[in-house]
Amino acid sequence: MSKEATVLFDAPGPRARARHRILAVVASIVLIAIAAALLWRFKEKGQFEGKLWSPFTKWEVWDNLILPGLGNTLKAAAVASVLALLFGVVFGLARLSDHWWIRIPAAAVVEFFRSIPLLILIFLAFFVPNKISPSIAESQFGTLQRVVVDNFLSVFGVEINAGTVTVPAFAAVVFGLVMYNGSVLAEVVRAGVLSIPKGQAEAAYSIGLRKNGVLRLVLLPQAVTVMMPAIVSQLVVLLKDTALGFIIAYSELLQAGFKQVPPNYNNNIIQAGVVVGVIYIAVNMSVSRLATWLEARSRRSRKTAAKTMGGDVGAPPAAGVSLAAQAGSTGTL
Amino acid sequence: MFDFGPFFDNFDQILEGFWATVRLAAAAAVLSLILGTVLASFRVAPIRVLRTFGTVYVNILRNTPLTLVLLMCSLGLNDVLALKFSDTSSVTYYWWAVLGLSGYTAAFVCESLRAGINTVPLGQAEAARSIGLTFTQSLRMIILPQAFRAVVAPLGSVYIAMIKNTTVAAAASYAETALVMKTLLDQPSFTSGALPLFIGVAVGFMILTLPTGFFFGWLHKRMAVAR
Repeated sequence: MSKEATVLFDAPGPRARARHRILAVVASIVLIAIAAALLWRFKEKGQFEGKLWSPFTKWEVWDNLILPGLGNTLKAAAVASVLALLFGVVFGLARLSDHWWIRIPAAAVVEFFRSIPLLILIFLAFFVPNKISPSIAESQFGTLQRVVVDNFLSVFGVEINAGTVTVPAFAAVVFGLVMYNGSVLAEVVRAGVLSIPKGQAEAAYSIGLRKNGVLRLVLLPQAVTVMMPAIVSQLVVLLKDTALGFIIAYSELLQAGFKQVPPNYNNNIIQAGVVVGVIYIAVNMSVSRLATWLEARSRRSRKTAAKTMGGDVGAPPAAGVSLAAQAGSTGTL
Repeated sequence: MFDFGPFFDNFDQILEGFWATVRLAAAAAVLSLILGTVLASFRVAPIRVLRTFGTVYVNILRNTPLTLVLLMCSLGLNDVLALKFSDTSSVTYYWWAVLGLSGYTAAFVCESLRAGINTVPLGQAEAARSIGLTFTQSLRMIILPQAFRAVVAPLGSVYIAMIKNTTVAAAASYAETALVMKTLLDQPSFTSGALPLFIGVAVGFMILTLPTGFFFGWLHKRMAVAR
């Protein structure tokens, strides 16, 4: 990069190269100084002592705490991913419906769940049913509540006991992840279908396909290719957000590795944080690799004329920022 | 079930929580823009050390859950390493929450800015150089005005995500809206007000996020580059 011109910097001549070398030395010194100061602080507070780090070389720590925690993280992420994709497809297509009585409620649901924080949704599922179910049980909907919980929600471990509904942390985390990420994915699906050139739908209609056929045979197959990277990068966000289960004591990786390990092993908070962080980074980076690979692959394929949506930055599109604005920019979808 | 009485009985507390959320979001917005700009300049710099540092920083922060980042700041750096901003615990936890949230958001701001710079075609810079503009001149008059316009919409998304992410600071003992909500819901006597409390908090966040979204959408439309 330094040998050729970029948008910002022209190809450096001899004087610029000398200047860059001096700046590189200065920058290295500053960065090393900051790192050294931090490491010095570590040493001062005795954070390099072997007894703080050695727990992570013991198999029982991994076997009893970290690996089950990672398992729970992956379990919540897997269940939530499947349901969120389902939610996203249903609501994304509902927002494209020709009937206003489908389109508008779907838009309201998606925009509502996208504009409030995930943690608040997790609190809704975790605390609220327990509080309001006794009063529902006394009302005319009591039987309905019992039937719904017994027959459907019990799959996620939701229990009803004498009219009081108890939602386990796992179900609460999954509910929040599905509603929030499902709404974001609904926008991805909508943008994906809208990004297919209009001529495709027109051609499909002109050969006599109906609405259903146009969508199912022509638009969706192309849209899936276009959306793939954006979907995978949203799933990375979902995986990362399972860590919010920490706050309602769901025993996922952060809870197990960061909350339960330190009290048992000399209060090694920083060390536990480093180990847990490395695991998260490794898992997320491998999923992101997958996104990059998919993006490269779909860019190579010439099955669609539409531009692939980037999966680079994980932030969801903003409510109010139009889809065209997103598609025209760098692909934060 | 829809008894708003308990909600308004604790209205002062909830408003205080929202005020704490706004203070955190405002400070993090400013600091993350500064940090993100510095990081973006590192990532496009012609000096390899800085580029590597920028890449490593962004990849670490983007792939770590925010909950862990904030907990490392409050429990790790503040409590264990005793790097405190102040001896008052609420003050030092506030600033660590600001710093953690800004550090995390800065990685996303940096990526948006870098992507914005990359949307400017190389020909624009070449043309600027060929008519004899210096580095600062071409940056100020040709490249940044175009890059800034391309950045508005993604930056809006990043900021809205950041406002919603302030709730995670509940994990790091900062008494903002989510922690107030959790404290109220933890009381066994707080039953009939639970659903109204959720509705109130949800509406409160919509008041914060929706106008931000419309503002950035409006700004984007106003500033769009015809290319």
